[in-house]
Amino acid sequence: MGDILVLAEHRQGELREVTLELLTLAGQLGGNVTALLLGSGVDDFASKIAGFADKVMVVDDPMFADFNQMAYQAALAEIIKNDKPGLVLIGNTGQGVDLVGSLAVELDLPFTTDAIAVVMEGDKPVVTRQYYGGKINGTINFKDAETYVIGVREAAVPAGEGGKSGEVAKVDNPVTAEITARKFLEYVEAAIGDVDITQSALLVSVGRGIREDKNLPMIEELAALMGADISGSRAVIDAGWLPADRQVGISGKTVKPKLYLALGISGAFQHVTGIKGSDLVVAINKDPDAPIFQYADFGIVDDLLKVVPALIDKIKETKG
Amino acid sequence: MNIVVCVKQVPDTSDPDTEVHIDGTGKGVDQGKFSFVINDADNFAVEEAILLKEKHGGEVTVVNIGPEAANQVIRMALAKGGDSAVRLDDEKFAYSDPVATARLLASALKDVEYDLVMTGCLATDDGYGAVGIALAQLLGVPHAAYAKTVEVVDDKKLKVGRELEGGLLEMNEIELPCVLAIQTGGNEPRYASFKGIREASKKEIKVMDLAATGLSEDQVGEAGSVAVMTQYSVPEVGELAEILEGDPAETAGKLAGILKEKGLV
Ligand SMILES: Cc1cc2nc3c(=O)[nH]c(=O)nc-3n(C[C@H](O)[C@H](O)[C@H](O)COP(=O)(O)OP(=O)(O)OC[C@H]3O[C@@H](n4cnc5c(N)ncnc54)[C@H](O)[C@@H]3O)c2cc1C
Ligand SMILES: Nc1ncnc2c1ncn2[C@@H]1O[C@H](COP(=O)(O)O)[C@@H](O)[C@H]1O
Repeated sequence: MGDILVLAEHRQGELREVTLELLTLAGQLGGNVTALLLGSGVDDFASKIAGFADKVMVVDDPMFADFNQMAYQAALAEIIKNDKPGLVLIGNTGQGVDLVGSLAVELDLPFTTDAIAVVMEGDKPVVTRQYYGGKINGTINFKDAETYVIGVREAAVPAGEGGKSGEVAKVDNPVTAEITARKFLEYVEAAIGDVDITQSALLVSVGRGIREDKNLPMIEELAALMGADISGSRAVIDAGWLPADRQVGISGKTVKPKLYLALGISGAFQHVTGIKGSDLVVAINKDPDAPIFQYADFGIVDDLLKVVPALIDKIKETKG
Repeated sequence: MNIVVCVKQVPDTSDPDTEVHIDGTGKGVDQGKFSFVINDADNFAVEEAILLKEKHGGEVTVVNIGPEAANQVIRMALAKGGDSAVRLDDEKFAYSDPVATARLLASALKDVEYDLVMTGCLATDDGYGAVGIALAQLLGVPHAAYAKTVEVVDDKKLKVGRELEGGLLEMNEIELPCVLAIQTGGNEPRYASFKGIREASKKEIKVMDLAATGLSEDQVGEAGSVAVMTQYSVPEVGELAEILEGDPAETAGKLAGILKEKGLV
C-alpha cells in the first residue's frame, strides 16, 4: 500500500483529539504515515503530532489560521496530486464533512464518509459504516484507484500512545491563488443559559419520544421530585421544546452526571458521545432495538408516557 | 433568488415500530412495514428556502430521486410554497452512492436557473452527509456543510453560520450561486395549509428517467458509484442494558428501588 496521509484538525488554537485518533488508526493500518498540518503558527501542534507520525508536513500560512474549506481543499488537492498517497484520512467532523466529498470529486477519487472501522484487504481499504441511525452496519467496497479518501468518525478509534518521532518538514504553501468565493469571518460561541448541565449531578433527559411539548410538565414534575435538571436530545431542542443550552451530544454539551435518565431518546452516536462520562445510564424507550440500550446500565422497554407517571408515584412512595 | 431544494423520502426511524430488517440480497432492507417521512434536515432546508423566497422573491424548485410514493414529500414541499418539482425515477438509479446521487441531482438542474441549492446535511437512513458537498463540486460552485443560519448579504453573497462541535458557529461569507447543506434546528418548519395542499395537488411534478437525465448507464446506480455498500450486517453489540421486566407499575417500582439503593433519590 502507498503512504497514508492524515489531515490534522485544529480549531481556536487547539489541536483536536481526532487528529491523534486518525494517526493511531493510520499506524494500525501499516505503511508510512504522513500528517498534514495546515495552520498558522502551529509549531507546538507539529511537535505533538510528530509523536504519532513518520512525517509531519507543515504548511504555515495565515490562509490556514482558521478553517476555510476552499483553502484546505486547494492545498490538499495539490499535495495529493503530488505525493499520491494510497489513503487519505480526514475526520468526519464539522470541518472534515465540509471537505471530503468535494475534494474527492475534484480529484475523481473514491471516497466515503463517517467510517467507524477501516481495514486493509490487500492494497484496498474496506470500510464499515452505520445505517438507519445505528441499527445496522454496512460494508463499503471501493472502486479500484490509486488513492482512497475516507472520513472517519470521531472517537471511532481511541488515540494511542504515539511512540513515533516523525520528522517535521515545513513546505511551501501550494495554494497560490487567492481564495475569494468563501471567507471565514468569525466564530460565534453557543449561548449560555440558566443551568449548566455539564455540572448537573442528576439529569432527566428527553428525546423526540415525548412526542409533544404538552408532555413536558410530567417530565418537570419527575425532575423536581428527584432534584434533577432537565436536558434533551437535539430533536427536542430543534423542536423548540427546550432551550439550546440543554442539548446533550456532539453539537451540544458533554455531561457527567451520577444518573442520566434517557426518556424516548434513540441513542444516535451524536447524542451518546455526550453521555459517556455518566456514572449510571437508565433508558426508557418503546423500541427494544433502540441503540440507547447499548449504552445504558438499566433499561425499560415501554411507553414513557406510562412509565414516567408510575415512576413519579413510586419515588414519592420511596420518599415516604 | 431562485432556489433548488433537494428532498429525500426516508423511513421514519423515530417511530418505535420501525424495525430495520436486512433483506435476502443483503444489500437492502425490508421496506414493507416502513412509514415514510421527509428527511429531518430536508424539512429544515425546505423551510429555509420558503423563508428566503418570502423575503427576496424568486422560485423554489423541489428535486427528489425516488419512486412515485415520494410524491408525498414533494407535494408537501410544494404545499408549503415550492413552485415546481422534478422527480428522478428509474430502476437503474438504485444503489447510487453519494457521487452517483449528486450526479443525478446535478442532471436535474441542467435546465433550471438557480442562485442557491439546498440539501439536508445528512440523510437519516444512509447518513453519508456527502451528497450536497459532492453536488457543489459537480456544479462547480462553493458550498457550506452544516449550515444553520443563512443571511442574504447582497445578490452576490450570503453570510452562513456552520454549526460545529459544541454548538460553535463558524461564520462564513459565501458567493452565490452555492450549495448549502442545511443542519436541523435553524428555523421552525411550518405546517402546510389546506389551501397550500389543495394548490400543490395541481402543480406539475416533472419525472425524469435515465434517458431524460442525459446520463449514461455507467454514471448512475452501482455502476456509477465509487464506494458501493456491498453487505449490511447486524452490528455486534457489547453488553446490553439490564432490562427491567413487567408492566409500568412494576418496572417503575424496580427502577425506583435501584435509584434508592444507589442513593440517587
Ligand atoms: C452534525 C450533527 C450533530 C448532531 N448533534 C447532536 C447532539 O449534539 N445531540 C443529539 O441529541 N443529537 C445530535 N444530532 C442528531 C442525532 O443524529 C439524532 O437525530 C438525534 O439525537 C435524535 O434525537 P432523539 O433520540 O430524541 O429522536 P429519535 O431518533 O427520533 O428517537 C426517538 C426515540 O423515541 C422512542 N419513542 C417514541 N415514542 C416513545 C414512547 N411513547 N415511549 C418511549 N419511547 C418512545 C423511539 O423508539 C425512538 O427511539 C446531530 C446530528 C448531526 C448530523
Ligand atoms: N434520493 C434523494 N433525493 C433527493 N435528495 C437527496 C437524495 N439523497 C440525498 N439527497 C439530499 O442529500 C442530503 C444528504 O444526503 P446524504 O449525503 O445521503 O446524507 C439529503 O438531506 C438530501 O437533501
